[in-house]
Amino acid sequence: MNLTLKVWRQESPNDKGNIETYEAKDIPAEASFLEMLDIVNEEIIVAGGDPIHFDHDCREGICGACSLTINGVPHSKENGITTCQVHMRKFRDGDTIWIEPFRARAFPIVKDLVTDRASFDRIIASGGYISVRTGSAVDANSLPVNFEDASESFNAAACIGCGACVAACKNASAMLFVGAKAAHLNLLPQGEPEKDKRVLGMVRQMDAEGFGNCTNQYECEAVCPKEISTDVIAKLNRDYATAATREAVE
Amino acid sequence: MSSNGSLDSAIPPGPLAEKWTNYQAKAKLINPANKRKFNIIVIGSGLAGGSAAATLSELGYNVKCFCYQDSPRRAHSIAAQGGINAAKNYQNDGDSVWRLFYDTIKGGDFRSREANVHRLAEVSTNIIDQCVAQGVPFAREYGGLLANRSFGGAQVSRTFYAAGQTGQQLLIGCYQALEKEIKKGGVTMYPRTEMLDLVKVDGHAKGIVVRDLTTGEVSSHAADCVIMATGGYGNVFYLSTNAMGCNVMAAFRAHKRGAYFANPCYTQIHPTCIPVSGDYQSKLTLMSESLRNDGRIWVPKSKETAAKIREGKLSGNDVPDEERDYYLERKYPSFGNLAPRDISSRSAKEACDEGRGVASTGLGVFLDFRDAIARLGEDTIRSRYGNLFQMYEKISGDNPYKSPMMIYPAVHYTMGGLWVDYNLQSNLKGLHVLGEANFSDHGANRLGASALMQGLADGYFVIPSTLPSYLAEVTPGSVTTDAPEFAQAEAEVNERIEKLMSINGTRTVDSFHRELGLLVWDKCGMARSEEGLKEALEKIPAIREAFWSDVRIPGKADGLNMELEKAGRVADFIDFAELMCHDALDRAESCGGHFRVEHQFTPEDEAVQSGFTNDGEAKRHDDDFCYVAAWGYKGPGEKPDLHKEELDFESVELSVRSYK
Ligand SMILES: Cc1cc2nc3c(=O)[nH]c(=O)nc-3n(C[C@H](O)[C@H](O)[C@H](O)COP(=O)(O)OP(=O)(O)OC[C@H]3O[C@@H](n4cnc5c(N)ncnc54)[C@H](O)[C@@H]3O)c2cc1C
Ligand code: FES
Repeated sequence: MNLTLKVWRQESPNDKGNIETYEAKDIPAEASFLEMLDIVNEEIIVAGGDPIHFDHDCREGICGACSLTINGVPHSKENGITTCQVHMRKFRDGDTIWIEPFRARAFPIVKDLVTDRASFDRIIASGGYISVRTGSAVDANSLPVNFEDASESFNAAACIGCGACVAACKNASAMLFVGAKAAHLNLLPQGEPEKDKRVLGMVRQMDAEGFGNCTNQYECEAVCPKEISTDVIAKLNRDYATAATREAVE
Repeated sequence: MSSNGSLDSAIPPGPLAEKWTNYQAKAKLINPANKRKFNIIVIGSGLAGGSAAATLSELGYNVKCFCYQDSPRRAHSIAAQGGINAAKNYQNDGDSVWRLFYDTIKGGDFRSREANVHRLAEVSTNIIDQCVAQGVPFAREYGGLLANRSFGGAQVSRTFYAAGQTGQQLLIGCYQALEKEIKKGGVTMYPRTEMLDLVKVDGHAKGIVVRDLTTGEVSSHAADCVIMATGGYGNVFYLSTNAMGCNVMAAFRAHKRGAYFANPCYTQIHPTCIPVSGDYQSKLTLMSESLRNDGRIWVPKSKETAAKIREGKLSGNDVPDEERDYYLERKYPSFGNLAPRDISSRSAKEACDEGRGVASTGLGVFLDFRDAIARLGEDTIRSRYGNLFQMYEKISGDNPYKSPMMIYPAVHYTMGGLWVDYNLQSNLKGLHVLGEANFSDHGANRLGASALMQGLADGYFVIPSTLPSYLAEVTPGSVTTDAPEFAQAEAEVNERIEKLMSINGTRTVDSFHRELGLLVWDKCGMARSEEGLKEALEKIPAIREAFWSDVRIPGKADGLNMELEKAGRVADFIDFAELMCHDALDRAESCGGHFRVEHQFTPEDEAVQSGFTNDGEAKRHDDDFCYVAAWGYKGPGEKPDLHKEELDFESVELSVRSYK
């Protein structure tokens, strides 16, 4: 198939950036979206140009590196997939496709479609863990976990840290990301002792990074490649309120 | 250690089962107040590097950790699906440390070091405890206890898992521990930073030269020792289940500086991957081996039926049972579809070579859930493999609940790696190598769910205990980047970058990588022959020549330039491919993943006549090849130097590996 691409090009963080047009010719329907970009890039290189830069690594929907906004939607309109899992058979010959980065104040652009999402790492560093000194753990089966809690915790833990939730939100809120980490750890008995510290730390870091507030738009849930539910946001709000109250009392 | 004498593996004395305990009891320690004075470089933030960096920092050392991705959480360990082994015996099905040890040794076709493997089996149980305490959400039973599944090459259920995302959950646990240490100040993290050279001072590894991938800046870091946990080299084949950025660069740079590379020809071809569909393809996707718990592998008995399926005139579902050949069940009745990877892959290749392949390219076999769905119901199958089925459907466009999956072997894991002794130290003092990047525990073939175990064993439990034996002998902070060796290495790195940028030829980096990959897959893939390997050794220098005179790298070196990154990696893959072929040629036997067509069982062999093994199985030559081949670098295009570590089997009897 043949397609027209409208791609965001930006030389460096301080460059203004603009949309450039490319023709993608003879693209096999079985190719993935990123393989389509590979084909286009090969042509750009041979013709003497600078290829379109985008983040990617595993190309199987798990590392969270790929991060394109395709026709206005982070990753894809299709539920539950990442950019690298989008396949060309979903497009039609002659389509025009708009490709932009994940945009958010807390995700500055590095080059073209590549952004800096280190703010997510700093949020995790501010409480998104359970402290265990290596070697000091008790036998794993001495801590049975109720099946429902374990499943709910697992569903939240599926987050791959891609940032689509932020890019989809008109407020660039990171509540789904933070809520998912809080739910993953707070639902487990192991996570109980550091629960308050965890939510206070992560939420404060999130604010400091310049992510916006959640105004219940649910766009985050719609684009999450791991289909994490906004229930985790409600839970985060409850856990935060409890922790903040306890902190104020102490 | 003489050039042809046996390498010293520093295995502690005493009976096998007591070596590690005794070692730890007598190991050197670093006083807590002194630990802060030691600087340690860790390259890699996957399970091996991440767990090492977090643990060493927790112990009080000063750690710098490097990775090429934008975040340590994205290391390729994240992609592991199926599970992690541990000898917990929670199922009470007869598992034990000994059994895990024995399965691993046998699975590796008797080409690994007993002492290391036993230690691995011993610490496996601590890993599960550690990870559960960190909040890793392993699958559980309704009663709240941990669940297990079976994996290839074992007859017990010892694999712990988190749906099809075991690697992700383990890595996130480790990444969270790492981030905690970063915030505390014990670890300085350098993401999007690539190691381009190892720096040796007075014969010891004392630092690295790196390139900041965002700014292009080249700089040096000095330390008291260097730990490399940079993953496997499967991408030498271009197409593999590895991430696009996985590379051999760090390991190969260390090799060029004197570190021996062990058993590079031991590569693992995973039997259950989605088949290749066209030349635009950039990578292959694995379908977890856990699928073989319930899926049955088959091809039609007749070539004619297979041809009709290939042409789309017939579907798998239309083929009646009596016309199907469930070849693994037929050839290996006691392991059936759970035969080890090397054996399963080779059987798939044989079936396709016979003209019985079912994918349109001829290279594909069925993995069929029809019977399991009839027996257990679609819901049970969905709960076990839902995300894998979904992934399959996304890529292939077919619904595996309705028609059988099509699979074919693909490059997946590399058992070979930098040579290390029992302390995980390279022959190059000060350099320690962990995880897939070393050669240590899997011999000639790795069993499923054992790489995650090894990576975490190395990082959480082994290196924190063995590193002090090196550190106790050095004065902390004695080497700084002022040493002339750093300026020299930096100059060489810059020169190489300038050279790459100035070629300005006509071909893209990927075109070279693809050409190399096809050659290596063809001549040093699932089946190897003397003739083919010699041919590859003739052709690789021509690829190198063409690369260095005709590659085109656009843009500039002083900023983000992904073509330049790829070029550096491909240049090393070209040199490395040569090393791999030399090793494969030298090892005139078949063992595990290394199958030399000249060395297989024939109907005349006793073991075949007695029914112990099958015609066509891999034939080892223990008298000549019961050693680790550790290669020393001799110069560009030169044949490397062979150093042997003889393998002594004291506790296990060498036998023909049979899974019948
Ligand atoms: C698809 C797939 C599924 C798998 N499933 C399983 C499974 O179910 N069970 C199992 O046991 N094993 C499995 N494996 C194998 C297992 O995942 C790997 O062997 C293991 O995770 C490797 O861990 P590692 O820490 O050694 O390397 P990696 O996780 O690959 O980490 C390498 C690190 O090194 C860094 N790095 C590399 N080169 C450089 C450089 N030059 N400069 C700076 N940094 C560098 C990278 O950034 C990364 O942080 C699977 C593998 C694949 C590919
Ligand atoms: S490239 Fe890893 S999730 Fe897309």
